[in-house]
Amino acid sequence: MTLWLIVRKSLRQHLLSTIITAVSIGLATGLLMSIVAVKDQSMRAFTNVSGGFDAVMGSRGSKLSLVLFSIFHMDKAPGTLPWKEYEDIKSDTNRIKTAIPIVVGDNFKGFRIVGTVHELFDVEYQQGRRHAVQEPGRMFKDNLQEAVIGGHAARRLGLKLGDVFQPYHGLDYNPASKHEVDYVIVGILEPSNTPADHVIWIPIKGLQNMPGHDLGKKTEVSAVLLQFNSKLKGARLADEVNNSNEIRDKTIAMIAPEVTNFFLRFEWLRIVLSMMAVLVALVGAGGILASLHNTMNERRREFAILRALGARRGTVFGAIILESSTITTLGVTIGFVFYSGFIALSAHYIADMTGVVINPMEPNLVMALAPAGIVALGTLAGILPAMKAYRTDVAENLIPQT
Amino acid sequence: MPLLAIENLRKTYRTPDGETQVVLDVPGFVLEERQQLALRGTSGTGKTTLLNCIAGILSPNSGRITLAGHNLGELSESQRDRLRAENIGYIFQTFNLLQGYTCRENVLLGMSFGTGVDHAYVRHLLNRVGLGDRLDYRPSQLSVGQQQRVAVARALANRPKLVLADEPTGNLDPKNAREAMKLIREICGENDAALLLVSHDRTVLDQFDDCSDLAEINRAMQEVAQ
Repeated sequence: MTLWLIVRKSLRQHLLSTIITAVSIGLATGLLMSIVAVKDQSMRAFTNVSGGFDAVMGSRGSKLSLVLFSIFHMDKAPGTLPWKEYEDIKSDTNRIKTAIPIVVGDNFKGFRIVGTVHELFDVEYQQGRRHAVQEPGRMFKDNLQEAVIGGHAARRLGLKLGDVFQPYHGLDYNPASKHEVDYVIVGILEPSNTPADHVIWIPIKGLQNMPGHDLGKKTEVSAVLLQFNSKLKGARLADEVNNSNEIRDKTIAMIAPEVTNFFLRFEWLRIVLSMMAVLVALVGAGGILASLHNTMNERRREFAILRALGARRGTVFGAIILESSTITTLGVTIGFVFYSGFIALSAHYIADMTGVVINPMEPNLVMALAPAGIVALGTLAGILPAMKAYRTDVAENLIPQT
Repeated sequence: MPLLAIENLRKTYRTPDGETQVVLDVPGFVLEERQQLALRGTSGTGKTTLLNCIAGILSPNSGRITLAGHNLGELSESQRDRLRAENIGYIFQTFNLLQGYTCRENVLLGMSFGTGVDHAYVRHLLNRVGLGDRLDYRPSQLSVGQQQRVAVARALANRPKLVLADEPTGNLDPKNAREAMKLIREICGENDAALLLVSHDRTVLDQFDDCSDLAEINRAMQEVAQ
């Protein structure tokens, strides 16, 4: 209780420096936890968001682009494949469980329009979960100019059931490139927290036959989404296609490894940001050391009085250590507030950009290790000033210094 | 057995010129339990050094100080701290109150290193010195006389056997000094605490039946005088 009284008084007397130091430690803690947690959770979330598919077949080129394009509706397709490729792989029932063709090439005010077959919506995008159309809507019919829209896209575009829209050519919105063809929205998808929420789905023939499109592309697909009968067979098939000297126009990209590779590409950025956070933590610890050390001269008399009252050297040493650890603990607590803000903002941004939802409240080891490490660092920073307090000469410092 | 016994106490300081100066040379001194003794001494006669040696704040170069049956020389520093916390109350000329702390907290600290915290006794002491309505005032919000009374309450907080008072009225006017001295003596008497006071103030010294010249017991000062 006595130690806590001494610490509380000192913190109040040096309130401004206490707040500044605690906030800087809070920033470091929040930043460090956010960097690791956002990376881990994003990686896990993106790996899990495969739409229920194992791989994507597409034109030979960057496998990562193919995955980003087909699953996350980002980036551009490396090329197209003839419709026959879709039919061929679909007929390989020994190895292929499901094959779904997609065609992408148009948008509506920046939201991609994806042509596909309605079997896509029969695939479980997560175990036990399928894309469903909200009542009273329904799925589009393959031979009509109808669309089903993801919930996020509908909200952002202000589109509702029965609305009619005209697609724009290309993946980027250009008001001058409108297709003079009407599509009517017949369904809005239930939110799935996947990239499907960000897309407008239409029948594949609709996109292939869109007026203004290259007639030569009428029988082509942008990619084919694949489910394998077994992982092993799938891996062998991918190996055959990718390593064949004869097949040069197509590739099969496995989704999970590509997503992992994608995140590994940014590992350097995570390391740099982590190092920056550690530096901020060191600066915060230095701040504790400096602010406590600077107060030691003015507090010598206080320590001498406490010693004259019977306080042991260990007591004044302990008071300073408790003070440094209290400032750090305060900072770490603030860090959790910053963390909540950072991660909520990141989650919102990621969801808004990609449709992938990360759970801001998901526990992560860094949420225990970073605070523990930073409290230890802050406590260590108190040792030097505590030694100074420990060595205070009582008789000399009882006399008021003029 | 006396409460305090000093034998052949010698304390020296190194001057800036590198010479050794003897400040204390006390062949013998005794203070009984509940005794109230004033030592007369002008500035530079080793008053504070003597009290600091008795309190265990300073270590003498040689000699023996026995307090409440404990030979200070045989105790470790932390044992001396403990002995001081439990047996000694110290009133300083400049009061040495902690400025960021309230009256209540200053007195509380006086007992927290020794006998343990007793909030009721803190209130009792502050009532006794007439500051029952100033418990949560800080020293800067009190008059000098009131600050002195807080220092008295703090010195008595750990129910000490011995109160050391170093020019306790040095910062007070004569009227306040007389009143403060009366209070210190009364409150020590009520608590069965012995009082060893050092001062050069005649107003204070005149109130003591038991008064000695510090120079009479400190041979170092006799040598200076000669």
